[in-house]
Formats: sequence, structure tokens, C-alpha cells
Amino acid sequence: MLYALLIYENPSAFERRESLVESDAYAGAWRAYHRAMLDAGIFVGGKPLDTPETGTTVRLRDNKRQIQDGPYANTKEQLGGFTLLELPSLDAALEWAARCPAASYGAVEVRPIAVELEPRVTVEDTK
Amino acid sequence: MKTQNDEQAHRAVEAVARESYGRLVALLAARTRDVAGAEDALADALLAALTTWPRDGIPKNPQAWLLTAARNRLMDHARHQQVHDQSAPTLKLMTREFDETADPDEWPDERLKLLFVCAHPAIDPDIHTPLMLQTVLGLDAVAIGRALLVPPKTIGQRLVRAKTKIRKTQIAFEIPTPDRIPERLEAVLNAIYAAYGNSWEDATGADQRVAELGQEAIWLARVLRAQVPHDPEVRGLLALMLHCEARRSARRSAEGRFVPLSDQDPNNWRKPMIEEAEGELTAAFQMQRPGRFQIEAAIQSVHAERAHTGRTDWAAIAAFYDQLMQLAPSIGAAVARAAAHAEVSGPETGLALLDPIDPQAVISYQPYWAVRAHFLRQLDRTHAATEAFDRAIALSEDAAVRAFLTERRNS
Repeated sequence: MLYALLIYENPSAFERRESLVESDAYAGAWRAYHRAMLDAGIFVGGKPLDTPETGTTVRLRDNKRQIQDGPYANTKEQLGGFTLLELPSLDAALEWAARCPAASYGAVEVRPIAVELEPRVTVEDTK
Repeated sequence: MKTQNDEQAHRAVEAVARESYGRLVALLAARTRDVAGAEDALADALLAALTTWPRDGIPKNPQAWLLTAARNRLMDHARHQQVHDQSAPTLKLMTREFDETADPDEWPDERLKLLFVCAHPAIDPDIHTPLMLQTVLGLDAVAIGRALLVPPKTIGQRLVRAKTKIRKTQIAFEIPTPDRIPERLEAVLNAIYAAYGNSWEDATGADQRVAELGQEAIWLARVLRAQVPHDPEVRGLLALMLHCEARRSARRSAEGRFVPLSDQDPNNWRKPMIEEAEGELTAAFQMQRPGRFQIEAAIQSVHAERAHTGRTDWAAIAAFYDQLMQLAPSIGAAVARAAAHAEVSGPETGLALLDPIDPQAVISYQPYWAVRAHFLRQLDRTHAATEAFDRAIALSEDAAVRAFLTERRNS
């Protein structure tokens, strides 16, 4: 079973990425977490996302493209990255979410991958 | 026209559904992690039994027959969906595990696991109790709505949502590790108590399913105690239910009249159950972590003392209710506390404790009006007493209780 951990961070956490002094502890915690997931053999994929201001939201309404500066939801805590893990149950996913550095300063949402939807919305890569 | 065979078969289907619903749902769901799917498959199997059993006779092992039929439905469904279903191999294995020659008593009992799944923190806390009442104890949305005072329609939609979440997120069907048990235990205890309360209301014992629900609640508490022996509230809840159960039949006279606790003959109480309750409560108190269920059990323990002393120590009961109101305030505890203090210090004290209770909260709460009527009668406020009696009578579901209150009103 594939689970996505959606990592939400507040503005000060995004700022910490920039500051040199603190970034060591910040980056160190994330590197250690990444290492733990690799060692456990459950890491399928995932990337950090750039800051919310760099986001651009696209909607198509009445055949017209609506482009909006900024992330989808204008809330304080923003999606800062995602991780895909292969795990046997929600309970195991919650354990890994609790270990994520962002769990202690932001929030981590656990979402299963939509197994029933996936085959209907994806194709084989034939290249 | 219905033949005798038909009727026998129908009764057999009904009986096995009543006795084994939760057990069979738990067995299937523990292998597929799909509660809604397990319930649907079992419903299909019961329907099939209604047509097959009158024709071919009642199978030697009805539970195994139903389990096989339900499992086949699930496998058909998985094949039909053509999704890469991880549960197919486990379902196939079930054929060997639970074939018709096996003794159902030796099947594993997965109900406790199901109970913990329903109490999972990933599920909306408001739906924990209804979900457990439905899936583990087989109550329908109407009965749950009645027990919890919520419209069945709202409950139904939220139950569906919760079961979808269990299936889609693949919550593990296992007894949580000891460090994860506390976050679910309160919900589990509340649901067991709600199930017991639902059966306790029905004093006439007319509905067999309802009487069995009380037994099942006690059984679940016993299984839980075996799994979680070091939690005092688990033992407190078990002690509380055993004390009540010991007095279940004493609530009615031979003629079917309602007998209030203070008028019950202790010889009609079931002594072995009281002894077991006392043992659980002592073990709980030794852990020195007081809680709501332990206090409620202690109150029932004081009542049970009357069998030895011939009198009720109302001062002790009043003190326990004071403590209960500190720890877990509720309308029920507030009303019972007023009644206990009135026994110690007189009806004025009782009324003074009833008056601060929010009137909105007691509009349809029968015990409030019965207790209030009792106080007013003692104070010779006849007109107000009659009014309160009338409200209590109007709010009583039980005919014997209505008759009892009517008699008091007119005396």
C-alpha cells in the first residue's frame, strides 16, 4: 500500500531553510529522516517543494485559463514537500509521519494513494 | 404458504445472525480490512440462507455455511472489480481455516481487534461509539440513534464515511501495541458501556437481542481485561456492569411490577456476579488511578453492601457522586447526586442540588422529573409534585415504570 506524507510548514519554517545558522539543524534533521526511510526500505519517492510564493495556481473556467499567483489555499501552513512510502497499514504510516521533522513544528497529513482511481487516470510509459 | 420447514429455517437464520453477526463481520474484515464489504457480504449470505435452508435443510454448521457464502461473495466481488486485490489470497486461505467441519468455538475471535479499529484516532471521534455499536454489536442505525439521541439518517451517512476511511487508508486489524492502547481505550470503554446501557433500559427482557447485548458487553469487557490487565478503568467498567447485571431480574416482581433498587430483596441478586465485581473493583483500586467507571462501580458496590448490613450507606454514595461530578460531570450523575444527598440531608437539600441544572438539558430526561416529583411529594408540595410526576410518566418508555409512577402520584 502506498501512502503520501504531505508535509505542511508555517512561514517561519520556510524561512529557516534560508538562514545559515539554523539550516544545519533543519537540514540535518531532514537528512537523518531520509536516511531512516531508505534504511527501512519503504521510500518510494518524494521531493521538497520550493516556498509557497513560488507557486502558481491554474484553473480552466469556461474554457479560459485562469492563472493565479500563489498556492491553492491561502492559509498559514503550506505544503512544503511530499514523501511516498510503501507500508502495510495506516498505523505504520502514522508512525513514520510522527518521526518526520515537520510533525514537531508543522503538520504531516497522511493520505493513501487512490488505488481504485490510479489505473483509470494513468497510462503505461512505453518510451 | 409458509411451511413448517420455512419457519424453522427462518428462525435458524435469525438466531445465527443474532448470535454471530459481530463475530462473522470481524472474522471477514480482519482479513480484508473492509468493514463495509464484510457487512454487505454477510447480508448477502443471510439472504441466500433464507432461500437455501428451507429447501436443503439447515446446515450442520450454520456459522461456517454463512462464512463460506460471505467469503465467496467477497472473492467474486474482487474478481469482478479486477483491481489488484491484496485480500484475495487471504480469503482463499480462509477456506481451509474455517471449513464446515471445524468447530466455530475454536475460530479466532477478532471482535476486540474490530473494536480497536473503530476507536482509531484517524476516525472522527463522534462516530466511534455508533461505529462500534453497529459493526461489533450489530445494532442498526435506528437503534443507535435511539440510544445516542441522534437522528438515524445523520448517523447512517457518517457511518458510511467512517467505513470508507477504514478501507481506503487500510487501518491495521490488530490489538495496538501497549503504548498505543491509551489513545483508543476511552472510546472502547464508552462504546461497551453504551451497549450495556442500551440493554439495561429494557427492563422487561421482552427483546431477546437486547438482553444478549448486555451479555455481549460484559463479554467484551472480560476479553479487554485479559488484553489490558493493568488499566483500572477496564476493571472498573467490568465491575460496574457485573453489579448491574446481578440485579437485572430483581427489577421486576413475580407479577411483572417495577421494583426500585431500594425495595429490592437482596436474595434476588446474583451473588457470584457481585463477588466477581468486588474482586475487579479491589484490583482496580489497588492501582491507585481513580476514574469515572471505578467510582460508578464503587457506588453500585455500596448498594450491594445492603445484602450484608441490611442498610444503605447513603453518605458514602453521596460522597462518591460528589467525586464523580468533579471527574466526569453529566446530567445523570447530577440527578443521582441530588437523590443521594436527599437521603442523607432531606428533600430540601435534594431540590437545592436539582435547581442549578440547566432546564434545557432535562426537558426530556425522565430521571430528573421522577426524582424531583419524589422530593416535592415529601415536602407536601402536592400540586408541583403531581406536575413533575406527570412529566416523568410521559417520558417513561417502560409500562411497568409508568404504572409505578402513576401509583406514587395518586397515593
